[in-house]
Amino acid sequence: MNQIIDIAAHPLSIGERVALLKVRDLTLEFQTRSGVVHALEDVSFELYKGETLGLVGESGSGKSVLSYAILRILDAAGRITAGSIEFGGMDLLRARESDMQELRGRELAMIFQNPRVALNPIRAVGKQIEDVLKHHAPLRDQDLKSRAIALLQQVRIADPERRYHAYPFEMSGGQCQRVMIAIALACSPALLIADEPTTGLDVTTQAAIMDLVQDLGRARQMATLLITHDLGLAAQYCDRIVVMHAGHVVESAPKREILRMPRHPYTAKLIGSIPHGAGTLRELTAIPGNLPDLRRGNLPPCRYRDRCDRSLDLCDTRPLARLDDGNHMVACWNPQ
Amino acid sequence: MTTATIAAAPKPISHFRYVVSENPVTAFAFALFGLFVLLVIFGPAIAPYDPLYTDNAVAMHPPMKGHWFGTDSVGRDILSRVIVATRLDFGIALAAVALSFAIGCALGCCAGYFGGWTDRIVSRISDTIMAFPLFVLAMGIVAALGNTVGNIVLATAIINLPFYIRVARAEVNVRRNAGFVEAARLSGNTDTRILLRHLFPNILPPTMVQVSLNMGWAILNAAGLSFIGLGVRPPQAEWGIMVAEGAQYIVSGEWWVALFPGAVLMLAVFCFNLLGDGLRDLIDPRRRT
Amino acid sequence: MNAHAQPLLAVDHLVKKYAVSAQSALPWPKKAAPSSFLHAVDDVSLAIAHGESVGLVGESGCGKSTLARLIARLIDPTSGAVVFCGQDIGATPAMAFARDPLRGSVQVVFQDPTDSLNPRYSAADTIGEPLLLLGNMGDAAARAERIAELADWVGLARELLTRFPHQLSGGQKARVGIARAIALSPKLLILDEPTAALDVSVQALILNLLADLRDKLGMSYLFVSHDLHVVRLLCHRVIVMYLGKVIESGPTDAIFRAPKHPYTEALIAAIPDIDKARGAPGLPGEPQSPIDPPPTQCRFASRCSRVHDRCRTEYPTLRSVGVAHEAACHLAEEASG
Repeated sequence: MNQIIDIAAHPLSIGERVALLKVRDLTLEFQTRSGVVHALEDVSFELYKGETLGLVGESGSGKSVLSYAILRILDAAGRITAGSIEFGGMDLLRARESDMQELRGRELAMIFQNPRVALNPIRAVGKQIEDVLKHHAPLRDQDLKSRAIALLQQVRIADPERRYHAYPFEMSGGQCQRVMIAIALACSPALLIADEPTTGLDVTTQAAIMDLVQDLGRARQMATLLITHDLGLAAQYCDRIVVMHAGHVVESAPKREILRMPRHPYTAKLIGSIPHGAGTLRELTAIPGNLPDLRRGNLPPCRYRDRCDRSLDLCDTRPLARLDDGNHMVACWNPQ
Repeated sequence: MTTATIAAAPKPISHFRYVVSENPVTAFAFALFGLFVLLVIFGPAIAPYDPLYTDNAVAMHPPMKGHWFGTDSVGRDILSRVIVATRLDFGIALAAVALSFAIGCALGCCAGYFGGWTDRIVSRISDTIMAFPLFVLAMGIVAALGNTVGNIVLATAIINLPFYIRVARAEVNVRRNAGFVEAARLSGNTDTRILLRHLFPNILPPTMVQVSLNMGWAILNAAGLSFIGLGVRPPQAEWGIMVAEGAQYIVSGEWWVALFPGAVLMLAVFCFNLLGDGLRDLIDPRRRT
Repeated sequence: MNAHAQPLLAVDHLVKKYAVSAQSALPWPKKAAPSSFLHAVDDVSLAIAHGESVGLVGESGCGKSTLARLIARLIDPTSGAVVFCGQDIGATPAMAFARDPLRGSVQVVFQDPTDSLNPRYSAADTIGEPLLLLGNMGDAAARAERIAELADWVGLARELLTRFPHQLSGGQKARVGIARAIALSPKLLILDEPTAALDVSVQALILNLLADLRDKLGMSYLFVSHDLHVVRLLCHRVIVMYLGKVIESGPTDAIFRAPKHPYTEALIAAIPDIDKARGAPGLPGEPQSPIDPPPTQCRFASRCSRVHDRCRTEYPTLRSVGVAHEAACHLAEEASG
C-alpha cells in the first residue's frame, strides 16, 4: 500500500517512465451453464505513470472484463486461472478484499459508460461525491461539502453550488459523466480506468469530456486506461494503443506507429473501417466472419485465424506469436 | 459478451428439462402440480370410498389401515373426500382466475395503451375494488347474489381483477413506446392488432407469475368462503368445508378431521406459489438459450 | 438524378410543440391554456427529391428524431404540412395512417435493432407482417417466397429466418429490420442512426448494403445520424438541426469543406481525428432550454464563439450562402454577401 502511495506521489522527471500497472499473461474464464467461456488468454501489457493507454476492441473482445479483473469486481462466475496483475508493486490478485477496498476509489478509480445509469438515481450528486470522500478521508461535514463543490467546479460543471443538490435525472448525460469523473478523481487516484466513457454522448460533449479527462489526468500525472471500441477516439487521446480481439492482445504500440503502420491484419481492417478515413463507402473495410465462440474447447492458438486473409499453416500449429521489439508488439506469424 | 455464433432454438422439451433441472424447487413444484392434476382428472375413480357414503360404525376413527386419513363425524372416509375435493377446489379456482385474467388483462391493456379517460375509469374501478377488505367484499358479493358455487367463482374473479389490471397496465405502459411497437405501426398494424399480437404476448411472462400466485390465492379464497358457510354446501366434499367441520373437534382431540384437508390445501397453495417462477422461465423466450 | 419535377417529399413549416405546464390530477376544471411549450420541431421546411439521400444531423435534443417521426407519421404535427407524393399525409392522424395506402411507401429503419424487433416474432414473422397487412399477400406461400427474396437481398442467411431476435447477432438483427422496411419497396426510407448500435466491423457491411439497396430500388433516404462521417459517405445533401430549427443545409461536400454555421463547424471539429493531438475545444456549456425559446435571438448565441450583438436581438433566418447551400447565421450572410 505504501509503495503505491509512493509511486503515485513521485513526480516524474522528463523522460522518466515508471510502470504503474503490469498485467502479465492474464488468463480468465467464466463458468456458464453452456460451457466454460475463455474470456481472456495470456493478456500482457504495461501502463506507465502519466500515460494514457487505449484498450481497443469490439464487443466480445474482453476489454471490459479485463478492467473488472484489475479492480477485482468480476462476476462470481469468473475465475482467473493464470497470470498476474501488479499495481505499484502490489500483487492485486493475492491482495485481501479489505486491501482492495482501500485501493478502490483512492488509488484505483473507474468511470463507466451510461453515466446516468451508473449513478445512484435517488441520491443527490453532491452526496454521492461526498460518499467517496467520507470513505477514504475523514473530514468534517462542511469540509466535505466544500470539497465536493470544488470537485464539481474542477469537472467544469456550471453553477456547482446549485448542482450539488441536483439528482442524476435532472442532468444531461454529459453532466452525469462529469459527476462520475468527479467521484472517480475525488481522492486523486494514481490510475483511472475509463470504460467507454463517451458512448452514448453527443460528439461535442464527447470531445469536452475527453478533454477534461486528459487535462485532469495531466495535472495529476495520473495514468489512464481508456477502454473503447472507437479507434478514432483512442487515436486522439491515447499515447499508446493495445488492440484486443476475442480475449487476446493482438497488437500494442505507440499511437502514431499503430495507425501509420498497423502490423496485425485485424488492426489494419479496424483502421480501415473508420468512416473518417475513407473517401468512399467502398473503401470502408468490413471484417468478415464472426467472433469465434469462446466456449469451444478447440479454439485455435490464434483466434483471428478463421477471419484472416493472411493466415498460414503454422497459424494452426504453433502457439500464438508474440513479436516484440520493445516498442511495438504484434501477435501474428505473418504481420503486414 | 456477444456470442456471434448462435445455436438454433432448442426444442421445448429440452428447455423444459433444463428449467426443471436448474432449480430443484421448481422441479418439486411441477411434480406436485402433476400429482394434483392427476387427482383432478382421476380423483373420483381412485378414491377408495364414495365420499358421500356415511357409516356411523366407523365414525371419528383416527388414521388407520383402510382409512389413511381417518373418518369424520358421520363415518365418511376423509382421504376419499380430500381427493375428490381437489376437482371442485381446482375447478372453482381455475374458473375464477380465468375469468379474472381475461377481463383484467383486457381492461389493463386498454388502460395502459390508450391512457386518458380509459385509464382513469379503469384505474378508479380497480381502486374501488381494492379499497375493500377483499374477503369481506367477496362475502358481500356472494351474500347479495346468492349462495351458489357459481357466485363464489364470480366473487373471487371480481376481487382478483385489480391485480391483473395493475400488472397488465404497467407492463403495457412500459412497452407502449418500444421500438417494435412503432415498427408494428409502420407495418400496418391497427391499435387492436398491436394490443393483441404485439403487446399481449410480451406481457405474458410477468402475468404468468401472477396467474400462478392467483391460483393458490383463489383456492384459499374459495376454501375460506366455504369455511364460513358461503358457497359450497354440505355434504359436498370441499377442503374449506372439511376444515370447518373439523375445527370444532380439534379441542376435543380429534385432530385429523381438520388437519388433512388443511394440509392438502396448504400444499396446493404452496405448489402454485412455487410454480409461478417456473412458468415464467418456460414462457419467456429470452430465457430459452 | 430524378425525372420528376415535384419533390418526393416536401415538408412545409412543420411545427411540433409539447405542452409542459404542470398537469392536474383531474381533467377539469381546466386550467387556462398552458403557457409553456417545448419546441421540439420549430418551423422546419425541407424537400427530398426522388432518389436523393439527405442526411439529417444534430445532437441530442435538436429535434431530428422528432422530425423523422413526424415524416414517418408516427406522431402528429402541431401545424404544418408533410406532402408526400403530392398528398398531405400530415393531415391524416398517425393512428389512422397505419391503414393508408401510402403507408408502405414511407418506412423506417430503427436505431436499436434489439428494441425494434418483437421478441416473440421470428425473423420471418417480422419481415412478413407488412406484406400481410399492407401488401395484400394473404397467401402464405407467396409471402414465404417474398420473405426469402428479401432475406437474400439483405444478406441474411435463409436458415436464420426461423430464429428469434435473441438468437441473432446485432448485424443479423439489423438486416431483419432493413428487410422489413424494404418489404414493400418504399419510395422513402427513413434511417434513424441505423449503425449506431453496431460494431464498427459490421457497420461497413450495413452501410454498403444500404447504398446498394438504394441504387437497386431507387429509394430516397432520410438518414438521421449524429455521425457526420457516415452521413458524408452516404448522402448527397446534409441538413443540420439545432434546438428544433434547421441551421444549415447544403450539398455534403460544401458542408464538410466549408461549413458556414459555427455550430456545424464545431460539430465537424469535434469528431476525433487520428491526426490531431488535441481536438478543437468542445462547445462550452449546454444547449439552452427548448422550452419557449425567445424568438428574437439566435438559439446558439449562448455557446457561440463568434457571437455579437445582432445575434441576440434578431433571429437569423436561413439565407443562401452558396449553391443550394443555406445557413441561419448573421455572420454567414455578412461573409458571402
